[in-house]
Amino acid sequence: MSGAESSWETVIGLEIHAQLATRSKIFSGASTAYGAPPNAQASLIDLGFPGVLPVLNGEAVRMAVRFGLAVGARIARQSVFARKNYFYPDLPKGYQISQYELPIVAQGALEIVLDDGRRKRIGITRAHLEEDAGKSLHEGLGGLTGVDLNRAGTPLIEIVSEPDLRCAKEAVAYMKKVHTLVRYLEICDGNMQEGSFRCDANVSVRPKGSEKLGTRAEIKNINSFRFVEKAIQYEIGRQIELIESGGKVVQETRLYDPDKDETRSMRTKEEANDYRYFPDPDLLPLVLGEELIERVRKDLPELPDEKAARFSSQYGLSAYDAGVLTASRDLADYYEEVARAVPGEPKLAANWVMGELAAALNKENLESGSGKMPAARLAGLLARIADQTISGKIAKEVFEAMWADGQSADAIIESKGLKQITDSGAIERAIEEVMAKNPAQLADYRAGKDKLFGFFVGQVMKATQGKANPTQLNELLKKKLPG
Amino acid sequence: MIHRNSLTQLAAGLRAGKFSSVELVRAYLARIEASQPALNAFISVTGAQALEAAHAADRDIAAGRGGALTGVPIAHKDLFCTAGVRTTCGSRMLDSFVSPYDATVVAKLKAAGAVTLGKLNMDEFAMGSSNETSYFGPVRNPWNPEFVPGGSSGGSAAAVAARLVPAATATDTGGSIRQPAALCGITGIKPTYGRVSRYGMIAFASSLDQGGVLTTSAQDAALMLREMAGFDPKDSTSVDAPVPDYVAELEAPLAGLKVGLIKEFLDEGLDRENERRIRDAVAVLERLGASLCEVSLPNLPRSVPVYYVVAPAECSSNLARYDGVRFGHRCKDPRDLQDLYRRSRGEGFGAEVKRRIMTGTYVLSAGYYDAYYLKAQRVRQLIAADFKHAFGEVDVLVGPTSPTAAFRVGAKTADPITMYLNDIYTIGANLAGLPALSVPCGFVEGLPVGLQIVGPHFAEARILNVAHRYQLETDWHLKAPERFS
Repeated sequence: MSGAESSWETVIGLEIHAQLATRSKIFSGASTAYGAPPNAQASLIDLGFPGVLPVLNGEAVRMAVRFGLAVGARIARQSVFARKNYFYPDLPKGYQISQYELPIVAQGALEIVLDDGRRKRIGITRAHLEEDAGKSLHEGLGGLTGVDLNRAGTPLIEIVSEPDLRCAKEAVAYMKKVHTLVRYLEICDGNMQEGSFRCDANVSVRPKGSEKLGTRAEIKNINSFRFVEKAIQYEIGRQIELIESGGKVVQETRLYDPDKDETRSMRTKEEANDYRYFPDPDLLPLVLGEELIERVRKDLPELPDEKAARFSSQYGLSAYDAGVLTASRDLADYYEEVARAVPGEPKLAANWVMGELAAALNKENLESGSGKMPAARLAGLLARIADQTISGKIAKEVFEAMWADGQSADAIIESKGLKQITDSGAIERAIEEVMAKNPAQLADYRAGKDKLFGFFVGQVMKATQGKANPTQLNELLKKKLPG
Repeated sequence: MIHRNSLTQLAAGLRAGKFSSVELVRAYLARIEASQPALNAFISVTGAQALEAAHAADRDIAAGRGGALTGVPIAHKDLFCTAGVRTTCGSRMLDSFVSPYDATVVAKLKAAGAVTLGKLNMDEFAMGSSNETSYFGPVRNPWNPEFVPGGSSGGSAAAVAARLVPAATATDTGGSIRQPAALCGITGIKPTYGRVSRYGMIAFASSLDQGGVLTTSAQDAALMLREMAGFDPKDSTSVDAPVPDYVAELEAPLAGLKVGLIKEFLDEGLDRENERRIRDAVAVLERLGASLCEVSLPNLPRSVPVYYVVAPAECSSNLARYDGVRFGHRCKDPRDLQDLYRRSRGEGFGAEVKRRIMTGTYVLSAGYYDAYYLKAQRVRQLIAADFKHAFGEVDVLVGPTSPTAAFRVGAKTADPITMYLNDIYTIGANLAGLPALSVPCGFVEGLPVGLQIVGPHFAEARILNVAHRYQLETDWHLKAPERFS
């Protein structure tokens, strides 16, 4: 952080749009599946044909309630759908059905972990249900613009944070936390490339110690964690530079250009739409009964924070490890399956899941181990480490072979003859051979060159193709080398 | 003289084999064709499809199949979407729009066996009280073509009055069924909001729009409404309550019925001759055993300003979809997106529609919303409360349907406010979501006027019963314009 920046405080609030994982749209029966040919999944309702009417998808409502309960929010017993009016080709009705004055979810919060390990509470002002718009297509149409309304009417929950975030890293941590949560709740697939999870960032700066908020700029439609961080970084720098050079930040909407790594003005407040919100007369107020809310509450899964706390206490993992292993429900389930299959070795399991497995997955850009390395198979390998059939070092070799051809650890150990030598007679014989082959080193060791101990370990390991049990080898060498 | 039969008589005659549906359809199609130059009631006539449907209906009747309306010819106001048939809403905007689906009302009447002869003229997007805002030209009043038929369902009312069809669907946002019924001397009912599905009914003001029917008698209206009403899962505002057999409940005696005459309707705006017809009609109800009292609804006089805030607000949003992008009128060679919007909408909409879109946009704008839209909604609640209070004391409310009989074509087009005041007695029922109907109760200078009967929510059976009993004692509903009798 530069000297200039350090005299400023940044204030950030995020508006996250998460597409709800319902099968059909929020107000029509059309499918929400991604990737269909343009307009193949746009019903007359999605197209805004004359005379059609919206009917609310109950599943979308339950998903919004699920989110609200998971962030400890107030669930509105009565919420109202409103029309947000503006003209755009991808908005077929000329208005978006959203919620304005009375959203379904209000006043929640969640916790993020800062770089120094401290936890910080981030308020969630509200979360409301709304319909997504379609997409304008500009490519391959000979200069014309096409409209694809497949996405129009896909249910969204817009999650609005309090302006509690103080730097780009916090914003990313918060966004990741929400991302983890919506996937735990199985209400959003979290696919950022397909636009299922995206955000707008409201960024302002103010002199440190000031209570008054600075003028904010809103950066629209950012669809990756990396871009969120970079866009906010850029925007903070731009605003500080602007103010320090005597300028003024204007309230405006900006777009982040990842190619140039900069934000650009889209429209200023003066050019902004007056959305003329009013309650949608086609939809009655949404009334939620206690029974429905209780049913959703009972159906909630173990949430990431609860799971991480349990992993720490049940498996003796560090807060950091527990956090990493609970970052997704898949990963946590995978870890638990491995840990349960190798009793008494939860740390070994954690190290392997976060180490070798994570590295291998990363290399091949895979999300989950369950396909290529089912938990039971990895557990089979760890069991052989635990019962000392193989050393940790050999285990890495076995893992690679398992990853490559999908065989079990036992089959590979057997076929490659990698079983650890635990017969002390055999190890002793190997030691004696090495001693006999290296009289000079032996003499030096005995003359006090202790460092050569490692040389002998290496030589015996080499002679046994790494299979000698390292603990036994150490003990025997200590006994035999001094003569 | 088949057209002198009521809808009820036609349905019975078809079942009894007195005539065939094909005969009926041919006869009515001929009347439509002959009337069109004078009345301009129809925008589209679907003769070929109608004859095909009539043949099918005759086969059904012969086989002992079919519903309550099998083979009976009807027509739809041109804002009900009809699959494969042009649905214009009286606008250049939808001049060439062919709906890919049937409105629920259209589908239900089809299922009951009714045969559709065509689509009826109307004020553009149902905005008007004289049927003069139609892109397809004004409709004329069958009693005197120099006069308007009322609106917005002017085509529907003129067609029924001229016996071009025995029944026509219509819609009522601020009086668009009742006022033309009164001005054309026929019977028209606007049901409780939510009683008839709005799915496929092109929206003007969603919280006020309600589908209903125009017929010559309350008995026919009961028969039609029984087939049209009911819960529709496709319309979130439709009400999930059983539909009574309106026909079966028509005959109940009126002894003990408490009738309230709405004091605020007998104001200085009401034509004195018209008032005399209303008082005569009320006297008939009294003779039938009803007791009469005057009831005051103090907030009712505010209904016109409330309506002209709420309805335009909703219309400004409902009509945003007509942007030239997916359907409807699209301007030639747009330069860019703004040009496409401006010219498509500028060319596609008429003056009255534009006036209401602008009014609605204004009252919803930041800074004006509270003063106009929100305040109007509050007054709307007060008006609804007035009605609720009144229905604590009486069973039905009565009064005039419109201040005067029909006016001359062109007489009020220059001054929108004068035109808007035509709906002063009908708007209240829309704002409160109440069922209301108009029955003919006499003539003023040779032109018909109507008695309005308003009931509590879902009391359609009761107001139809009162209207039917009244019609058993009077013959105003049996009078047809000489030229079309």
